[in-house]
Amino acid sequence: MQQIPILKIGRFLLVSIQIDLQDQTVVALQEDLADSIVKTGARGVIIDISAVDIVDSYIGRMFSTIAAMSRLMDAETVVVGMRPAVAITLVELGLSLDGVRTALDLEQGMRLLESSLGDR
Amino acid sequence: MTIEPAGEMPISGNDDVVRVRQLVRTAAASAGFSLVDQTKIVTAASELARNTLVHGGGGSVGIDQTVGDRGKHGLRIVFTDRGPGIPDLEQALVEGWSSGNGLGLGLSGTRRLVDEFSLESEPGEGTTVTVVKWIR
Ligand SMILES: Nc1ncnc2c1ncn2[C@@H]1O[C@H](COP(=O)(O)OP(=O)(O)OP(=O)(O)O)[C@@H](O)[C@H]1O
Ligand SMILES: [Mg+2]
Repeated sequence: MQQIPILKIGRFLLVSIQIDLQDQTVVALQEDLADSIVKTGARGVIIDISAVDIVDSYIGRMFSTIAAMSRLMDAETVVVGMRPAVAITLVELGLSLDGVRTALDLEQGMRLLESSLGDR
Repeated sequence: MTIEPAGEMPISGNDDVVRVRQLVRTAAASAGFSLVDQTKIVTAASELARNTLVHGGGGSVGIDQTVGDRGKHGLRIVFTDRGPGIPDLEQALVEGWSSGNGLGLGLSGTRRLVDEFSLESEPGEGTTVTVVKWIR
């Protein structure tokens, strides 16, 4: 099973998904992220999916789980870089990605997190 | 209706779900599907492969290039397992219904992503799901 690196950038954690995700990798990533948030005291999580060519219900549910989990640890999550074909497919599949914030790219995702943190 | 095989493989582990996605992606791209339709059929295949693995206890998938009415071309994907089967087909297709802790989106959502969908199952015998998507 492959491991997905989690990078710390200032107050945020960046996860850039570059591989075809298998279900166990998804579970491991959720756990790794929870640990990293606690360890680093990160205030935000950015999940970059610009290299991801499909998101099915299992992967989509991971975004909601990570968002809910990080919120409990006082961190915001934003998913960035979703490809148009993926977005169209997700809507038709019926997955609403409840509670997940999105931004078009990494830069806008960072800005979104910065502004939601304000001066805290 | 001419049918040309485009791939076949067993589904017996988590990594096979990823392999099914890759196999379907390759078949859909070479058949000439648009990027959006490739994404839809790969996503549908991912849901069904996971069902075959998780609910059906493993099985196999077969992919064919198919020709329909008025010469339209498409891809047909058949998922088969010899698992417990589905006692109530109508209930299984209800959006949000899951016998486990899933979202119950797999079957209902997949149905929307493809052009033809058929579900055959016999309790104790197994399940076969066939989907077809036509090239636009
Ligand atoms: N191959 C199969 N063999 C036996 N039962 C199946 C099979 N495929 C689906 N089912 C049954 O149909 C139900 C609905 O399937 P569906 O894929 O819609 O939801 P799910 O797999 O439970 O959740 P999700 O796909 O959203 O994670 C399943 O919970 C399961 O009971
Ligand atoms: Mg399912």
